Amino acid sequence: MKWKSHVPLRFIDTVRERLPFSEHAIKVAAVIFGLAVLFDMFRQLTTGELTIALIVSYLWRGLSYGLVIGLAGVGLSLTYDLLDFANFAHGDYITLSAFVGWGVAYLIAGFGQFKAGSLLFLGVGGTVYPRDVGISVTNAPVAILFGLVVAALVGALLAIALDSAVYKSMRGAGNITLLIASVGVAFILRYAAVYLFTQQTFGLTADSWSYEVGLPGGIVTITSASLLLIFVSLLMMLGVHLLLTRTKLGKSMRAMAANQQLARVTGIPSEKIIRRTWLIGGALAGIAGFMIALLQGTINYQIGWTLLLLVFAGVIMGGIGSVYGAIVGGILVGLITRVSLIWIPASFTEATGFAVMILILLTRPAGIFGGDVA
Amino acid sequence: MSVQEGPVASRLPDSLAGYWENDLVKIGATLAVVYLLYVVAGLLLGYGLSGQLNSLRRLTFLIVLYSIGALVVNLHWGYSGLFNIGVVGFMAVGVYTTTILTRPVAGQNPTGTLPGLGLPLPIAIVGGVLAAALVGYVAALPSLRLRDDYFAIVTLAFAEIIRITAKASELQEFTIFGTTIGTGGGRGIRTYPNPINQFFEGTGAPIVSAVSGTIDGPLVSGWAFVLALTVVLVCVLWLIVRIVESPFGRVLKGIRDDEEATTALAKNTGSFKIRSFIIGCGILGFLGIIWQGSQGYISPGLFVPQLTFFIWIAVIIGGAGSNTGSIIGSILFVGTIYLGPGYVRRLIEEFVSLSGRATNFPDALGALAGGDISGILLYTLDQTSALRVILTGVLLIWLLKRRPNGLFGNRREMASSIDVESRVRDRQSTDATTGGEE
Repeated sequence: MKWKSHVPLRFIDTVRERLPFSEHAIKVAAVIFGLAVLFDMFRQLTTGELTIALIVSYLWRGLSYGLVIGLAGVGLSLTYDLLDFANFAHGDYITLSAFVGWGVAYLIAGFGQFKAGSLLFLGVGGTVYPRDVGISVTNAPVAILFGLVVAALVGALLAIALDSAVYKSMRGAGNITLLIASVGVAFILRYAAVYLFTQQTFGLTADSWSYEVGLPGGIVTITSASLLLIFVSLLMMLGVHLLLTRTKLGKSMRAMAANQQLARVTGIPSEKIIRRTWLIGGALAGIAGFMIALLQGTINYQIGWTLLLLVFAGVIMGGIGSVYGAIVGGILVGLITRVSLIWIPASFTEATGFAVMILILLTRPAGIFGGDVA
Repeated sequence: MSVQEGPVASRLPDSLAGYWENDLVKIGATLAVVYLLYVVAGLLLGYGLSGQLNSLRRLTFLIVLYSIGALVVNLHWGYSGLFNIGVVGFMAVGVYTTTILTRPVAGQNPTGTLPGLGLPLPIAIVGGVLAAALVGYVAALPSLRLRDDYFAIVTLAFAEIIRITAKASELQEFTIFGTTIGTGGGRGIRTYPNPINQFFEGTGAPIVSAVSGTIDGPLVSGWAFVLALTVVLVCVLWLIVRIVESPFGRVLKGIRDDEEATTALAKNTGSFKIRSFIIGCGILGFLGIIWQGSQGYISPGLFVPQLTFFIWIAVIIGGAGSNTGSIIGSILFVGTIYLGPGYVRRLIEEFVSLSGRATNFPDALGALAGGDISGILLYTLDQTSALRVILTGVLLIWLLKRRPNGLFGNRREMASSIDVESRVRDRQSTDATTGGEE
């Protein structure tokens, strides 16, 4: 029960007056900025600095990247809302399940040709190389599919196990205590991955079929990995939508997200729902992890950590607790970070995402679609 | 005031528990125990005098630096309730600014090194501290309205943006207003020479040669630097104690405990939080200058989030809100988790002959399946850095569950001059004994 003060905060009011933080000013600034961006894009197109093909390829890459962020954000958003803490370990659920999922995919694709131990650990220490295994969406669809399922299972198991080992006994300990605990969990998981797989960056996939679209100014390559990613992401999102709207579990989850006390009074078993929420969120994180590794073609122990702040950006943009918001926010973050490449050098791609998140937090902490989160 | 009961004091005999009251005794005793452990470990490893002195120098060096960091985190979180998990970013700003300011200007520097602005070190240090404080201001000013967890995310994002900026190849070397400067990008940049080393190479050289018969020469400047850092630590401690015991500090504690109540007392809480945050960020900038900067070379890889995590665990071990706790937490963290695994590994290698080193986990696992545990043992001990972080994480979670207030968490600092709670307690106990007849 948070009681918000209505005592005027003199200093903060001064700050708000000085900075253009009023609702109206934000909208005006956003519109002016958007127009300036569009104008500059048009100017660059006419001068030939920029081509249609380049824009389309940025949008396509942004969409695939954003779908992964959105998928990972669903779980983070739900647990953030239900348990009222930012789970900093979410990124490392992504990392570990991606590693295990890819290990299984390697095991299936290279079974009999190489030692099982080397395959399961992605050839750490230079025992197996990706070109030997030759895994890709078109060459070894079964291995990819199994890897995906395993990644989802590992993500779900990790989420459940860590909830009962760490977070469960700390319910109600305060959001900052839980946040600090989740930072501890994050570092344990990340360095467990280092312990098992070292700090090496592994190449994962071989070349595979891709489709080239000719557009004015160049060609846009659509890889089979990104097609699979978009298909799986949309399928998962549809699944989450059906779950939330058609099943009893989903309705209970929504009820708990809207008003936990009221939900408990109506007889919804809160612990059970919380466990199921972790399960779904963890599975989606696992799928996102497997997919981002497939899209990039590489994996290392920081893959989830790098993604985490962008996932936070998407979740905050969409409004904490909103599943659809997390998905849309994630896609927006993906598009923004890629399209910004037109103006901002590639070294700053992630920094752009973080900066956008900070801006959203400062201007619309309840998310750009509103929402009732204080 | 009543006798403080703590996890340590309650286990000591009464005659000693009285001394434990004194903060200096607490710090000294903890330090002595850790030193003793390292001397014993050094003896077991067959270190000579120079080896022992070097091992203790490294221990003290890290303890002092972690203590400074922990004191700042304690000022932010323990006293002002500001959840800063971007500590490492402010350190990076300080050390990068100082480095760029001190690098010789283009054309005057030895070939192959990045040019800078060629300012003298003292001015550059002031510049670095001011830059860190300024970035702290920029980070804190708009974030005041945010909830604790959002503030945490913002500080972390700031630190990551700073690291990404330092790493960007576009800023490796660039020209602005006709001056060429650069961050060195992912390759890093050479920093400024350490004035204490320079002293012992120049005018202080006779001192080094006088002792070089008994101990290694570099130890002199090494220990002199550690002593200088200790003086810095004492100054930082003095400053922070002065701050938190002043009326300003009382407001900070008030904000931490109940911001709304403090606002109701007509205190401008936002301004207090900002000032506390800026002071801390300035000190963090200085910490970066004397820590990473003193090593002669910096790169973005030094400023990773796990350093923030390590400084935080020192505060949590000691208990937020206690300066003594922060220092003791740093001693215990560096003495056990940070340097411990390396020593344990060397001791095991010294006394147990293990063969069959495994270079990766599947090999170690294969050896284990074959009934040979030395492979997995050696592999585990080789992973010192991973082990360190995992141990820290486990300890953190254990502490949060079992002892959320840290070792000195029972210590409550009162913001009021009279102990209001004790009066409430007294009244409650009287009510209980009289049976509450009214």
